[in-house]
Amino acid sequence: MQSVEKGLSMDMATQNASLAQPLAPAVAAPSTKVVARDVNVYYGEKHAIKNVSIDIPDNSVTAFIGPSGCGKSTFLRSINRMNDTIPICRVNGRIELEGQDIYDPRLDVVQLHARVGMVFQKPNPFPKSIYENVAYGPRIHGLAASKTELDEIVQTSLIKAGLFNEVKDRLNDTGTGLSGGQQQRLCIARAIAVSPDVILMDEPCSALDPIATAKVEELIDELRQNFCIIIVTHSMQQAARVSQRTAFFHLGVLVEEGETAQIFTNPQDKRTQDYITGRFG
Amino acid sequence: MTDLAAPPATSIATPPRRLSALMDQSRIRARYRSEARFRSYGLIALGLTTLFLVFLLADIFRNGVPAFWQHHVVLEVTVPREAVTVDGKVDAQSIRAADYFPITRDALKAAIPGIESRSGERTLVRLLSTGAADELRARLAADPSLVGKPVKTRLLLSDDADLYFKQPSADISERAARGIATPNGTTGTVTILSSANDFADDIVRLKQVLTARLRAVETEHARLSRAGGSDSVLQRLRELDEERKELAARVSAPKVAEDLNDKLPSLLVAINGGLVKVTKLEDIRIEGEVLLPLASTADAAPGSWKIVTYAVPASNRKVSDQEVAFLERLKADGKVESAFNTRFFTAGDSREPELAGVRGALMGTALTLLVTLALCLPIGVLAAIYLEEFARKNWFTDIIEININNLAAVPSIVFGLLGLAVFLNFFGLPRSAPLVGGLVLALLVLPTIIIAARAALKAVPPSIKEAALGVGASHQQAVFHHVLPLAMPGIMTGTIIGMAHALGETAPLLMIGMIAFIVDVPQSFTQAATVLPVQIYLWSDLPEQAFQAKTAAAIIVLLMFLFLMNGAAIWLRKRFERRW
Amino acid sequence: MGAYYVALTAFLVLAAFFYARSRAVSAVAASGGGVSFHSLPAYHGLYAAMCVLIPLLLIFVVGSILTGKLAVDAGLAHFPADVAADALKRGAALREIENVISGHGSAAGNDALQRAADAYTSMRAIGGWTMLVLGIATAIGGIAHATGRIRPDFRARNNFERFTQVVLAASATIAILTTIGIVFSVLYETGRFFFDPALKGKPTITQFLFGLEWNPQAALRADQGDIATAFGFVPLLTGTLLITLIAIAVAGPLGLFSAIYLSEYATPRFRAWAKPILEILAGVPTVVLGFFAALTVAPLIRGWGEALGLNVASESALAAGLVMGMMIIPFVSSLSDDVINAVPQSLRDGAYALGATKSETIKKVVLPAALPGIVSAFMLAISRAIGETMIVVMAAGLAANLTFNPLDAVTTITVQIKTILVGDQEFDSAKTLAAFALGFVLFFVTLMLNYIALRVVQKYREQYD
Repeated sequence: MQSVEKGLSMDMATQNASLAQPLAPAVAAPSTKVVARDVNVYYGEKHAIKNVSIDIPDNSVTAFIGPSGCGKSTFLRSINRMNDTIPICRVNGRIELEGQDIYDPRLDVVQLHARVGMVFQKPNPFPKSIYENVAYGPRIHGLAASKTELDEIVQTSLIKAGLFNEVKDRLNDTGTGLSGGQQQRLCIARAIAVSPDVILMDEPCSALDPIATAKVEELIDELRQNFCIIIVTHSMQQAARVSQRTAFFHLGVLVEEGETAQIFTNPQDKRTQDYITGRFG
Repeated sequence: MTDLAAPPATSIATPPRRLSALMDQSRIRARYRSEARFRSYGLIALGLTTLFLVFLLADIFRNGVPAFWQHHVVLEVTVPREAVTVDGKVDAQSIRAADYFPITRDALKAAIPGIESRSGERTLVRLLSTGAADELRARLAADPSLVGKPVKTRLLLSDDADLYFKQPSADISERAARGIATPNGTTGTVTILSSANDFADDIVRLKQVLTARLRAVETEHARLSRAGGSDSVLQRLRELDEERKELAARVSAPKVAEDLNDKLPSLLVAINGGLVKVTKLEDIRIEGEVLLPLASTADAAPGSWKIVTYAVPASNRKVSDQEVAFLERLKADGKVESAFNTRFFTAGDSREPELAGVRGALMGTALTLLVTLALCLPIGVLAAIYLEEFARKNWFTDIIEININNLAAVPSIVFGLLGLAVFLNFFGLPRSAPLVGGLVLALLVLPTIIIAARAALKAVPPSIKEAALGVGASHQQAVFHHVLPLAMPGIMTGTIIGMAHALGETAPLLMIGMIAFIVDVPQSFTQAATVLPVQIYLWSDLPEQAFQAKTAAAIIVLLMFLFLMNGAAIWLRKRFERRW
Repeated sequence: MGAYYVALTAFLVLAAFFYARSRAVSAVAASGGGVSFHSLPAYHGLYAAMCVLIPLLLIFVVGSILTGKLAVDAGLAHFPADVAADALKRGAALREIENVISGHGSAAGNDALQRAADAYTSMRAIGGWTMLVLGIATAIGGIAHATGRIRPDFRARNNFERFTQVVLAASATIAILTTIGIVFSVLYETGRFFFDPALKGKPTITQFLFGLEWNPQAALRADQGDIATAFGFVPLLTGTLLITLIAIAVAGPLGLFSAIYLSEYATPRFRAWAKPILEILAGVPTVVLGFFAALTVAPLIRGWGEALGLNVASESALAAGLVMGMMIIPFVSSLSDDVINAVPQSLRDGAYALGATKSETIKKVVLPAALPGIVSAFMLAISRAIGETMIVVMAAGLAANLTFNPLDAVTTITVQIKTILVGDQEFDSAKTLAAFALGFVLFFVTLMLNYIALRVVQKYREQYD
């Protein structure tokens, strides 16, 4: 059983790597986008994230995996300071986005959110039209000087999110009327409309059926060319399918981090191996 | 229970006592009976509550609906040019300023000819309301060319006359007489002789009335002498004693002739187109005062004249026999008309029930509620947003929370005390003004609105806010662009319910003096005004019977507004309800 | 002048917003999109509006108070010196001045008064104009300040949002201010009622709390004999309690059984019909119930009582209590409904599994479990009944009889407050202050009842959450 699983993952990883080969730029290693050093997160008394340090490269997908409650979502949300909305949450350590400390008090959280977009577990389109959903971000950031520019942004975002052909005739219909998978791609379109540097995805497929999941995964792989994507996922198969790098979290600690293929085929840590082989989780 | 307590070994050996189906029958039946009884209590409670509500509403409507109609005398009136001429000019202003009393008086006298006595005339004129000519005045002012021409107009009747028509009395009965009657005059005091003993029955009935009254006096006397005690009771006992002696004398006297007075049922004879009020009664002969002049002293054939009895003594009525005679004559001539009481909605308050309207109170209510809404909607919503979205959890926000919950239960009259002490005495704001009323009501309904708005904000799923934050909206942008609009239907529902509450509130407004008698319709926020519930309270306290109906009518108006507001709230809830 | 100032403020705020926004728009356009601006033009506009609004409001508040004071001083300068010192004379003089200005009174033959009125008006006009000029100057300064900061790195949004945050917090604080206002106004007058040495005929606290006679009218007839006893609180307390007791005796069982039936027995269809009936009843204004009580219920009860040979007062406690009971039925039933529904289904299932009938389950399991909640529902209902005014004002009497006979007329705390304070009052008579003392008692009692009840409900909720 164990070997079968292993073989399967490896197989997938290699496949993925070969698939990614022609798409990857000729330049050697992509530059580092996000750097975290000794990050600790506390929920009141609870020490949720312990001394996490990680480098996340640009133009690639990094997957955070680990059992429930391991802190992967918490860490993800500290990358765009989404945790700030929780009053009892404290973060210390250093997280840099392109060399800039995002916990610098002079930094405007709102601008950070614009640079680090987020897609949530459950698709959460605004109960407004499809157009308005995508246009909201550019509008509040003043990205479009005119209506035509805005239309253009909306259209390109929907195209990039692979949704345009499905909704082009009903941009004024409400976004909540779409199917689950479409809703999630709408949320992705909404996130990329403000052209962020990084897109965080918090289990983006957990509420979707397999077909919708496949479409979203395909989309994530395409988006990799332009964005740094960090994805939290419960499904190891998904991590293996979409990510280039994988980080394994356990009990608030970053246990292991590296090339996805290496993590799945040759984990260095016992805990990683136990998790990947299904001993716990 | 003993079975369970027993050691396990024995309980296995001897199985626990089983309930025998046969043995249990009666017990089960009793339990089911108790079940049915308990269930019926609930139904009875609900039934009683419903019954009360139905009784309440029916009582209000029964009292109030008639007040939406009013009786008028419809007459053809010609207003002479000179009566409305001021400084040689006739215009809308001079028409409005003119005195119409003599004109309407003469018109009414013309409608019932033959009234010669001054007291009769006075009685006739008193049938009209002091505002009887208002409609005529308005019509002439609108179209001055009508001056000098006969105009068919409605003259408003006084409240008592109006009530007389509204409560058709079952106490009036009439019967055709059997004999040939011969009156000896047409006006003043007359004697009428009948060829048959037409009045014998009336004498018998009169004796019965006297006997019954004697009995009532005796019972009351007995009850009071048992109670005994204070001076006022002794005084009343002496009076009763007098009355008893008098009645006893009259009851025991032979049945030959009886004198009638205002304390006894009225007896009237309608003959030769006239009406005679009987003052002295024998078997075949009466003596009486002419209320409506007779056409002639000719003999009246059997069946052509009538004997009318009015069982309620004149002293117990608002309208005298003379007034009844006039009113019945006007009615018989087709000159009395009942019409929808538009005045009720267009006039301010008045001391005369037939002239009083709710326009002033409605305007006062509108102004007051406007102030309330303008204050408590923004403040309530902003406070709710703060508490729900931005407030850090600390002692201060805890205090605000507890405070708002408890403030919602503070008696409304205490808010009135606050208004009196702070707004009137400390800040020196004007008394009775809608501004102050609105302020007090705003403080009163603020907790309601905050609580409703918080619930509505809480009902918006956090994922929406997160989505907005995720694309880089600030917290305030997320709240004002997304959460608040989605919570708005809930907030509006809460606000309407709060405003309905404010609309029905009375006590705190009494405290800040919105209870004055105000005739003019208020025009500004600082003018003295009253509101609908206070108007209801004011009218309910007035002695005139007609105000009772007005009160109920004003209540109907108030209930209609409440009904509309609550209906709007329900519609909003149904229309915009969103399940997440 | 005030209206002009408000209109001017509104105009300047709007002008600031539109001007600064258009400046920001052109600044963004000039930068050619090369430099990214931190805040949207609209926020630069809002920032400018805020820079105008805040100082203008301040000027208005300070200016109005100052102008008012200066005008009064200027006016009073034309009266003899003792007028300004004595509060009563001062008030009278000011009223005269106001009458002259508004044209209700005339100053004919009184030169001093006319001069005072003129001085008063001119001072007001000077103040008003000063405020206007100052306002415009400040507004221009504010706009200049805001437009000067239209730069890519200026965080107009954050600045404006900080202001909004303050407005939000201030709104929430109004609730606190209301309570403070109530407590202070009521407490202050109550304190004067008991301790003001200048007040004639005031009772001691003991006399107030334990006195058996309530007759505030007596205190007006000045200093004759032992009149302090007229402020004995006991008859009002017993009257209030009697009516409340009758109300609870009616509303308790009816409300509770209604709630039990609705939550445990009724079909959804039946609920859909019965609930609105209770809601309608809850929405009937108390003045309507008072009218009904006084006009229909009281005569009915009197009639029935007399038919049975009983002596019934025309304003009997029974009539007021019955109708008040009807008023609080929806209250009891909806609160009880909530707590009964909060009892977990598992408890009921346990009882059913033992073979209990529905009523046995309710009586032995549901009601005991819901008891704390039901008790607090009753407490809230009692607090409602104690504080209710209109029904008792219209249907209960004025005479403070110390009796527990429901057929007699009694009076209540709220009736007395209303009776004392409606109509003319001076703030220096013991009678008027007595109403505030009563208000204090009322506030305190209902607050306590409510606070305890809310705590009980909270504890009860936590138990099952």
